[in-house]
Amino acid sequence: MEALLQQFFDFAIMARALPLVLTGLGQTLVLCLVVIPLGLAGGLCVALFSLARSRAVRWTAAAMIDFFRAIPPLVLLIFVYAGLPFAGIRLSPLAAVAIAFLLNNSSYYGEIYRAGIESVGRGQWDAARSTGLKPHQALIYVVLPQAIRNVLPDLISNTVEVVKLTSLASVVALPELLYSADMARSITFNTSPIVLAAAIYLVMLWPIVRLVSRLERRIAS
Amino acid sequence: MDAWSRFLDTFFKWELIQRYFPAILDGMAVTIEIAAAVVITGILLGLVLAIVRTFRILPISALIVIFVDMFRALPPLVLVLLVYFGLPNIGINLPSFAVLWIVLSCVLAAFAEEIFWAGILSIPKGQWEAARSTGIGFLNTLAYIVLPQAVRLTVAPITNRTLAITKNTALGMVIGVSEILSQATTGQSFAGNATPLTMGAIAYVILFIPVVVLGRWLETRFRWRRA
Amino acid sequence: MNDDRPPILEVRGLRKSFGHLEVLRGIDLAVLPQELVFIIGPSGSGKSTLLRCCNRLEEPTGGSIRIDGVDLMARSTDINAMRRRIGMVFQSFNLYPHMSALGNVALALRKVLGRKHAEADTLARAALARVGLAEKANAYPAELSGGQQQRVAIARALALGPKIMLFDEPTSALDPELVGSVLKVMRELKAGGMTMLVVSHEMRFARDAADRVIFIDHGVIVEEGTPEQIFSNPGEARTKAFIAEIAR
Repeated sequence: MEALLQQFFDFAIMARALPLVLTGLGQTLVLCLVVIPLGLAGGLCVALFSLARSRAVRWTAAAMIDFFRAIPPLVLLIFVYAGLPFAGIRLSPLAAVAIAFLLNNSSYYGEIYRAGIESVGRGQWDAARSTGLKPHQALIYVVLPQAIRNVLPDLISNTVEVVKLTSLASVVALPELLYSADMARSITFNTSPIVLAAAIYLVMLWPIVRLVSRLERRIAS
Repeated sequence: MDAWSRFLDTFFKWELIQRYFPAILDGMAVTIEIAAAVVITGILLGLVLAIVRTFRILPISALIVIFVDMFRALPPLVLVLLVYFGLPNIGINLPSFAVLWIVLSCVLAAFAEEIFWAGILSIPKGQWEAARSTGIGFLNTLAYIVLPQAVRLTVAPITNRTLAITKNTALGMVIGVSEILSQATTGQSFAGNATPLTMGAIAYVILFIPVVVLGRWLETRFRWRRA
Repeated sequence: MNDDRPPILEVRGLRKSFGHLEVLRGIDLAVLPQELVFIIGPSGSGKSTLLRCCNRLEEPTGGSIRIDGVDLMARSTDINAMRRRIGMVFQSFNLYPHMSALGNVALALRKVLGRKHAEADTLARAALARVGLAEKANAYPAELSGGQQQRVAIARALALGPKIMLFDEPTSALDPELVGSVLKVMRELKAGGMTMLVVSHEMRFARDAADRVIFIDHGVIVEEGTPEQIFSNPGEARTKAFIAEIAR
């Protein structure tokens, strides 16, 4: 028990690691600010493509979505960061993370948006078009507001996943939260900094996870 | 060499494909083993936790909720590093694949419990009342009336969540498990060429696309009612 | 009756197939200004499809449709602009649930007609007043009864100043006691000179307000005439059978 506390909950070491870890947290937040809007926007485009009139466009979109849902994000990230340089494309860790995550997240967000749009009855679209609204107007003012409202829990829970995904950036040496904590661990030979990082993730995400659970249960009932 | 041949040479060099094919296959075997183990223990544990929660013993339910929330809120990589680096220092030495298996099972169990729980809750109280009022005991009601209906609703989200979590076997690379990504990155640094990485990516796609397609089909077959 | 003025809606040889299923097999129909034409027929006869072709919510497979002399199917026709002249009222109202009654009516005024915010609101309120719901302008669809929702839907179509209004079973989804309020509005529209094409089962309304009744079955017009002719003295056997069926 004594060993457990000393290895995982050494508060002195946590205090020493705190500045480094907080800098890492800042990087994580920057990363989130880049990656989440990109994913939300990209996902909307993907959803619209997967609902297009042309069967060719729909199937291409579906194939791409399935491909990027089948590939682990870490593999995609390593491929973009370490593989592309062989083709002459050298990207900074941040750019590599942004691109890999854009590809991965657009697919997941895209599927959520698509389910949302499909859940809005055809009648809404008909009514909007019958008053002369153009397709993009019907989409923006009538269909999307309802679609997003319908899938809000899924959108939020996927955003939580994206925040957790940023920890992968540590593998390509982006100095975000986990990377900084791991560095502190290797300096101190003590796992407490990682416990500190875990605590920070919990503080950030636990309330949202609870909220989503409650939202999901309300909708399912 | 024109652009196309350069592209092929960088990502699809035939000699390298032949040389690293066995290694990637070995990696696939490891990935499949760990993924299968994670799926079995994760879903079973999640189901057990959900069933325990139906007994509504407050302190135990609270513990379950805490466990579930923690494993849903923490990034898997954080958990993997915590266990991998921390346990040896308190005397518990686990091989890397065991660390990966335990962490991912707990994560899957946490998500699975929430999905099963939501499924159980969505079964109308009337079903319980009808069964109990004909004298059927609590566990039998659960087993024969509630769970069969609840599980049907959960098939699609469980499949999708299982897919998402088993993809995390790639994290094994970080702690030295010789799964696909590990083999691929080793090959890439030895060969100085991106072909092994391409092979690794394709190996994952081959393994997981069937699950993606299955999940998609299940979603349309058993619509998980949202809004 | 303005027999000398050209018809507002002119349908010639209209055909519509869904895959192999031919729903409309050659419909010829003309609606003159200020006429109320009533369409009856068994379910599956193609009545709704006919209506939905008239504003191209369904794409006809053959034939022509002219609104105010403009060919709806021509490539050069701006369908969004044309839809301003055609008002449509749906069986399931299709009000936008995330907007108030005022918002529902004003949306097209702002986006299609390009009216400024205040102007659109004024016009929308006027339309709501015409259907007797001025005081419900800020209510959301969920707070309104079925009859009120349908009247808001009528106001939404009216606000754009259409030349003709299409009604697709406007009262079929309403509880019986709410039907009257909607029919009252439709009667007032008729009295005000609106050209209307109505698909419905409300026989009494047809007897009172319709200028012509058309019986459609299996995608063709079987018989057409005045309400007295069709309801009291139909010529065709199929018409007789249908009238007897619904009179029960």
